Amino acid sequence: MLEFFSRNLEATVSVILFGVGFTMLLLHQNLIKKIMGMNIMDTAVYLFLAAKGYIDGRMVPIVTEETLDASLYINPVPSGLVLTGIVVSVSTTALMLALTKRLYEKYGSLNLDEILMLAKEEKQ
Amino acid sequence: MSFVQNFPFFSIILAMFSGIVSSVLSGRRARDLSLCMIGITTAMSACVLFFCRETGESYTYMMGHFPAPWGNEIRAGVLEGLTAVMFGIVMFLSVLGGMNDAVEDVEASKLNLFYIMIDLMLSSLLALVYTNDLFTAYVFVEINTIAGCGLIMIRMRGRSLSAAIRYMILSQLGSGLFLIGLSILYDITGHLLMSPAKEAVAAILADGRYEIPMLVVLAVISVGLAIKSGLYPFHYWIPDTYGYATPTASAVLSGLVSKGYIFLLVKIFFRVLGTENIIDSHMVNVLYIFGIAGMLMGSLHAIRERDTGRMIAYSSVAQIGYIYMGIGLGTEAGVIAALFHVFTHSATKALLFISAVGLYDVSGGKRNPESLRGAAYRNPVAGIGFTVGALSMVGFPMLSGFISKLLFATSALQSPGKMLPTLIVLAVSTTLNAVYFLRLVISVYSRRGVYGEEQAAQPKSSFALRISIVCFVVLNFILGLASQPIVGAIREGLSMFG
Repeated sequence: MLEFFSRNLEATVSVILFGVGFTMLLLHQNLIKKIMGMNIMDTAVYLFLAAKGYIDGRMVPIVTEETLDASLYINPVPSGLVLTGIVVSVSTTALMLALTKRLYEKYGSLNLDEILMLAKEEKQ
Repeated sequence: MSFVQNFPFFSIILAMFSGIVSSVLSGRRARDLSLCMIGITTAMSACVLFFCRETGESYTYMMGHFPAPWGNEIRAGVLEGLTAVMFGIVMFLSVLGGMNDAVEDVEASKLNLFYIMIDLMLSSLLALVYTNDLFTAYVFVEINTIAGCGLIMIRMRGRSLSAAIRYMILSQLGSGLFLIGLSILYDITGHLLMSPAKEAVAAILADGRYEIPMLVVLAVISVGLAIKSGLYPFHYWIPDTYGYATPTASAVLSGLVSKGYIFLLVKIFFRVLGTENIIDSHMVNVLYIFGIAGMLMGSLHAIRERDTGRMIAYSSVAQIGYIYMGIGLGTEAGVIAALFHVFTHSATKALLFISAVGLYDVSGGKRNPESLRGAAYRNPVAGIGFTVGALSMVGFPMLSGFISKLLFATSALQSPGKMLPTLIVLAVSTTLNAVYFLRLVISVYSRRGVYGEEQAAQPKSSFALRISIVCFVVLNFILGLASQPIVGAIREGLSMFG
């Protein structure tokens, strides 16, 4: 069992990180910590993808004149996916932070329960 | 290659560029551009639909310079075309109907941003419908989420802001699950394009390898998209989100956004994971049970609700339950019924949200049933629109809701184990629907209003709102009276998925 996990170390770590991030995003009441959880969750996926795209003993997929042989490189597609994913998660993080800022200005709290309660009390 | 085949790509890119151009336009211009763009893209989608019906087959469209197993592709068939047309029509009418309220709800300097969100929303919905690539689907799911969040928070009241953050959190949970599911699937199959991925999945299953990862992929993708579309018990963001956003946003979010995810889920089931795989893994049963629970719980919540907007929103929870119940039946007929209900619900729910606005307008902006008494006499068009929508949701013959319920019931007959619970829950849920919708219909048509004659100088609802309501009513009748060609098209489209 332990050997299985150590053989798939990156996958194991990323799944654990994903779980940590997911739980934080779901259960934590503090909005900033929720956003941190979201980032941990996304990063776990990038670790997973990057680890799966890596092939031992091969090099960065930058094509030069001397090295046109595809078997010299690691798989470039997962790296591309990670880059795309990072762009996506940066924009969602920015949006969440902006929203959090607005809510903090309005209610003076970062606690989601409290904010929801205050919002319910005030007349819409 | 025919010129029409370019249209899916053109419509996505056109919607996206309208969004970009709108950032330098005034609110009014941005609105006109948006309406114009939605009209053009809908016409293009209609061309795609007719083209695919004519040729009788779907086609893929290569994006960039890398051929099939590596590059990125768009795929269009009858079902894609039909869905895109429906989405376009509902979007157009929602924007038209809610545009005057948008002016009131949104700060004048930010009105163009509202229409940017609408444009991006349409672009991402079209991309979700047309894409043949899993990772592209993920990216557009996120664009859709961001645009949706923007549409909610642009109203800038306390309740809409807190609704937006809730929506964002739940959506991120869903997207995270969807993303990890995709990554594991990519890890197992080595493909992101749907068709090669399907072949790889079939080969893997035939060898009996990767059983557990496959199950995980299935579960996380289904659950991720179910969270995002608001399946019970992940529904608790729905009432605030739909209830407190500006009317166009409510109509678009309830009518289209959740449907985009459902369409994507059906597409992934049929085009990647394979229907037999889904049935063998019992994932359909899970969706079925939650769908049934949603049908009942959504209606029960709606009965208790005093705020009309939130009541309509809770009714959405029930209707999403219907759709998942149909998918959960695990038969082709069930999926056809579910997809037909996707169209029904987007047309009807948008109609309800938009016509409810007409009723609030003549009741001093109040939204509880007592204040709405007699509102249908003060605004006849909105009253008729609301009544048609409510009757359609209840399942009155001649309206689209009736056809959906008929399709659900007949498809339930084909799956023996699930027949009895489906029929019972359908009956119970219909009764509950009737209780809360007809209560409101009776209320808006009762003479003794607390809002008496002294309010003679009531604000008239705008011409655009009335036009939009009339068109929605017509759309409902078309779906209800001419359902056979549409059901036929859905069947044809699904067989092209295979």
